[in-house]
Amino acid sequence: MAIFLDENSKIIVQGITGGEGMKHTRRMLASGAQVVGGVNARKAGTKVDFDDVTLPVFASVEEAIAETGANVTVGFVPPAFTKDSVIEAIDAAIPLAVVITEGVAVHDTAAFWAYAQGKSTRIIGPNCPGIISPGKSNAGIIPADIAGPGRVGLVSKSGTLTYQMMFELRDFGFSTAIGIGGDPIIGTTHIDALEAFQADPETDAIVMIGEIGGDAEERAAAYIKANVTKPVVGYVAGFTAPEGKTMGHAGAIVSGSSGTAQAKKEALEAAGVRVGKTPSETARLMREILQG
Amino acid sequence: MDLFEYQAKELFKQYGVPVSLGEVATSPAEAKAIAEKIGGVTVVKAQVKIGGRGKAGGVKVAKTPDEAAAHAEAILGMDIKGLTVHRVLVDPGADIKEEYYVSYLLDRSNRTFLAMASYEGGMEIEQLAVERPDALAKVPVDAIAGVDLAKGREIAIAGKFPAEIVDQIAEILVKLWDTFVGTDATLVEVNPLARVGDGSIVALDGKVSLDENADFRQPGNAALEDKAAADPLEAKAKEKHLNYVKLDGEVGIIGNGAGLVMSTLDVVAYAGEKHGGVKPANFLDIGGGASAEVMANGLDIILNDPAVRSVFVNVFGGITSCDAVANGIVGALDTLGDSATKPLVVRLDGNNVIEGRRILAERNHPLVTVVETMDGAADKAAELANAGN
Repeated sequence: MAIFLDENSKIIVQGITGGEGMKHTRRMLASGAQVVGGVNARKAGTKVDFDDVTLPVFASVEEAIAETGANVTVGFVPPAFTKDSVIEAIDAAIPLAVVITEGVAVHDTAAFWAYAQGKSTRIIGPNCPGIISPGKSNAGIIPADIAGPGRVGLVSKSGTLTYQMMFELRDFGFSTAIGIGGDPIIGTTHIDALEAFQADPETDAIVMIGEIGGDAEERAAAYIKANVTKPVVGYVAGFTAPEGKTMGHAGAIVSGSSGTAQAKKEALEAAGVRVGKTPSETARLMREILQG
Repeated sequence: MDLFEYQAKELFKQYGVPVSLGEVATSPAEAKAIAEKIGGVTVVKAQVKIGGRGKAGGVKVAKTPDEAAAHAEAILGMDIKGLTVHRVLVDPGADIKEEYYVSYLLDRSNRTFLAMASYEGGMEIEQLAVERPDALAKVPVDAIAGVDLAKGREIAIAGKFPAEIVDQIAEILVKLWDTFVGTDATLVEVNPLARVGDGSIVALDGKVSLDENADFRQPGNAALEDKAAADPLEAKAKEKHLNYVKLDGEVGIIGNGAGLVMSTLDVVAYAGEKHGGVKPANFLDIGGGASAEVMANGLDIILNDPAVRSVFVNVFGGITSCDAVANGIVGALDTLGDSATKPLVVRLDGNNVIEGRRILAERNHPLVTVVETMDGAADKAAELANAGN
């Protein structure tokens, strides 16, 4: 099982011939993921060599699906071309599009998100590390050697906090860890991941990591209260962030009194979620739950 | 990036939104000359990127050019909510009959855009939203369909504009949408949009926030930046493409990944509660694939901040390799030589951590302390900052 990504996932890489695309395709292959090809219209028909695999480059996502049966695309396309690449993936009806690219203009994300409505593609990102179901598949840039398979589900706005939390709980392992990204508009949300983890028989407990900006954590808290029976522990970054300053992620900004870490923590606690003060304390709370 | 009123109104003008717009002055003499050129009544308005300037005395009506000069004299240099006024906008006076409100903004919760409109403008919009929520229309706008005249009419009618001006408002709403999309804005707001003596409708004020992720296709954005107002360390960091925000504490922070760095600030602030109340001095994210050079640039910025008394380098090597980070630290300290005097606490974990720790141990620099956990390292950094007091 796991969520969104499993041993049957066949991955193509949009932007496979670029520096980041090559580097991370190599890493995905090394971690055992089934990467079956890439897309770059200008280099269609060529091949790219990796350590012991040679992958074909296709003209379009549609062609790549027809030739390989791919059901996941991972995008490393530069920001100026990200919108078109995601729309191409949606038009090809690929079930999952993971958008790694950082720095996508929010009008572009709003446009491809609007375009995806009523169609069959799940989008993760943009500006995210992707998703890993350890031992099964790996779509994105999350290092596969931090933690192995297990029964904890993890959803996070931040890449490095995903790694940190996987590291803290590496002795338990993960069903799936998903980085949803820190942009103001994202595809898959905390709520989407919580819903899937709740339904996943291979997930026993969930760690949810949020940060300042927007109201996604407050909405997730309401969702948890109404729908999630598995134990959830939470962590929120950015208590010391000043108002009106963007803290690294485009979406990480406290505006007036909204989007504060304190409000998010309180909402989660009111929903029965135990919230750690630091990543390590959050891991300890999860440890207590898992060890009964 | 937030713009000044005069910059916002210049953008409106480019996109055909009717505006009342004079010129910017930085001295009373300039304000007088502009008022003479405009003729008649003028309004002298403080240019600051914050609301409530009217209440603070930053907006004054002048009947004569001499009065405009006197108002400019009083307003320039004024402190409005912590911001110093360096420029005033001298606008033509307006014979206001009615005041309205219109805006477009990013609606994060619903992952789309939102139009807001009200026939009852002129007051702070936050106040209107609380006191008269029925009077403020909120209409979702599809990012692909955008706003045409029909949609503009729908928004105007929802905002309870009377039938005889709906078409006029709809036309302005279309042009304002063109501004919103054309400049890659996350907010465009007109408050007030006013009907004036001759029956025309004009934007008397304007607020625009731009998306910096769109700079690649907005070549004009660089010129809109208020470089003089930027913190000097923030400006230097920006030149080196570092993601840095100056804060008011004593513990310098360097980390990789926005989430981990935000978390590091919090953990240091908690640790500071036990060590004389020291706080983080900055946010600095050296990014996912940080090289030795980036680490050296980061350290250079932090060590040059006079408020910094200790530095906490917190790296989890995902893509970043800990040996590169360690080499960056050692290289930066060797370059700085005797000018580096502040203690560094380093916590490394993840990719190639053993090699990273080995490099630091071998160099054994007297200023560097390696601590294995994030919480432990934060405590040590706070302790050192407090001791250096």
